[in-house]
Amino acid sequence: MFRLEARTSTPAWFNLALPLIAIAVTLVLCSGLIAVAGAGVIEAYGVMLSASLGDSYAITETLVRAAPMIFTGLAVAIAFRAKFWNIGAEGQLLAGAVASCFVGAIPMPGYLAMLLMAIVGAAAGALVALVPATLRIKFKVDDVVSSLLLNSVIYYALMALIEGPWKDTFSGYPISPPIEDSANFPVLIEGTRLHLGVIVALIAAPLCWFLIARTTLGFRIRVTGENPEAARYGGISVQRVLLSTALLSGALAGLAGVGEVGGVHFQVMSDISPGYGYSGIVVAMLARLNPLGVVPAAIFLAAVMTGAEAMSRATGVPAFLSDVIQGTALLAMLVALLFTAYRIRRVGAQT
Amino acid sequence: MSAVLEQIFQVGFLAAIIRIATPLAFATLGEMFSERAGVLNLGIEGIMLLSAMAGFTTASLSGSLWLGVLVAVLVGALMGALHALFTVVLGLSQHVCGIGVTLFCSGLAYFLYRLIFGQQSVPPSIDGFKPVPIPVLADIPVLGPAVFSQFTLVYLAIIAVPLAAFVLYRTPWGLSVRMVGENPRAADSAGVSVIATRFQAVILGGALMGLAGAFLTMAQFNAFTFGVVSGRGWVAIALVVFGRWDPLRSAGAALLFAFVDALQLRMQASGLGHIPYEAFLMLPFIFTIVAMAFMSRNAVAPSALLKPFRKEER
Repeated sequence: MFRLEARTSTPAWFNLALPLIAIAVTLVLCSGLIAVAGAGVIEAYGVMLSASLGDSYAITETLVRAAPMIFTGLAVAIAFRAKFWNIGAEGQLLAGAVASCFVGAIPMPGYLAMLLMAIVGAAAGALVALVPATLRIKFKVDDVVSSLLLNSVIYYALMALIEGPWKDTFSGYPISPPIEDSANFPVLIEGTRLHLGVIVALIAAPLCWFLIARTTLGFRIRVTGENPEAARYGGISVQRVLLSTALLSGALAGLAGVGEVGGVHFQVMSDISPGYGYSGIVVAMLARLNPLGVVPAAIFLAAVMTGAEAMSRATGVPAFLSDVIQGTALLAMLVALLFTAYRIRRVGAQT
Repeated sequence: MSAVLEQIFQVGFLAAIIRIATPLAFATLGEMFSERAGVLNLGIEGIMLLSAMAGFTTASLSGSLWLGVLVAVLVGALMGALHALFTVVLGLSQHVCGIGVTLFCSGLAYFLYRLIFGQQSVPPSIDGFKPVPIPVLADIPVLGPAVFSQFTLVYLAIIAVPLAAFVLYRTPWGLSVRMVGENPRAADSAGVSVIATRFQAVILGGALMGLAGAFLTMAQFNAFTFGVVSGRGWVAIALVVFGRWDPLRSAGAALLFAFVDALQLRMQASGLGHIPYEAFLMLPFIFTIVAMAFMSRNAVAPSALLKPFRKEER
């Protein structure tokens, strides 16, 4: 007989082992799809790996793609730490993109423009995240559903902009006017797309870790998430912590949008985010909500996405394999997390 | 102005509302059954997409539309079972699992569609369902052509709404569903298996979501595109809340949304473009968020929604 037993503590090596196991299980499961598509599994994964991390140019491409997911991953990780269920990183990203595109189109010195884009984009994301947090505090509205539904509201607002006042009158395409050339984020390595925003994302992760692990606000966020009753008894205003968390989380997701406008697309279009907000949930869960873990988790997903395109060209396996891998990885990680809450114990046959 | 109004409210308008409401009604009923049992299913968007793809592919390859519908329903039920396995049996967090199911199902739908049909400049289409006028009833003025000259699946939706209400409020199983959604501890004491009931409700919900997907690719558009669902699953989540977790009210909400959507399409077509059509598409979401703020005071949501049940834990 085997029995599930509640665990009181988890060994530290679990933090590394669980995501690795989840990813391994995911790759094994998805190899079935590669085989169905009639390609060699080893070959397909090999192309994926070499095209995403095989040379320095590939690595820069993967990092460029990882940057928005580092931001949305951090946004989700911090929100989930406080048990503020922010499913709305997608909408917050779009809000940040639209706001920064507005600012970026105004002629002004480049560095001022970039700074203002970041501030306004972060503020827009924060403002959107404030809605579900306020509704939860004031009206006890479930934040899962309200933050999810806001994604659709923001998306249609963006569409109304690019098909209305922002529409390109010359070509008729639903795209916003480009931002000023001077506001384009500087490229750090000649001949690549590695832009300033990527470095900001890589710096943001340890900063968020410091905030969560070493500051009073971080402590409050953790206590509020783990035990709101204890937080209240300890004199922590749970409502204020939730609001601060929402602002922080929304701002981070907004910055993901800023990076895409300032460093990659230089304008806003309907598919500016291929679901980076939802990928942020995958990233945060793989990272076990640890901001430092967000970076490797985001790089993994980015590598899968960039690698899948090359794999598709080389082997004919549809590049959408990356979407399947993303979903499977999230589900596998959730199952793996069971091992942190329970352990399987062998017990004697009961008579 | 009156000429414009006339153009909008012509005979086909009512028929269009019914057609738009049908997949929403199926999806909303599916989500409602799941939530009444205490399980939020955010996998709905992906489940609808995968079912739509599976149904279309089956119909396209076999030539049988009804076989396509059957496969779509089975795929929906299977994905419902997957969500139930994670959230009900393993007790994992419902919202994160739901997003996982949506990502997984959407990815699988895109992947398999591209694998089977390749990349084509014009997406392949099928000869979809044809309207089946009901004798005598179809001759009623206005109502006849709008309601009784529709696809068989539309009639099925019209029957499904009162049937869902009957099952939920008048059958022992419906009582069990409501009990495990409101107070699983009490249901367990009364001898109702919480796990089994929730499992069944989520699977039934998934099957209904599959039916919604089938309607999209086999009656409404007769083709599969990557944007064929385009947020209809999220609309259904909103409609369940807006309809206060009640089958008849939820179906009413679906009709209301369909009216706004049909109006929006007509206004676009008639060149009455003062208001961007996106404003209309936003409405159900904004209404629902506002409605949630008002409703939460008298707590109408199933009490045990989002809460996993483990028998041995107190």
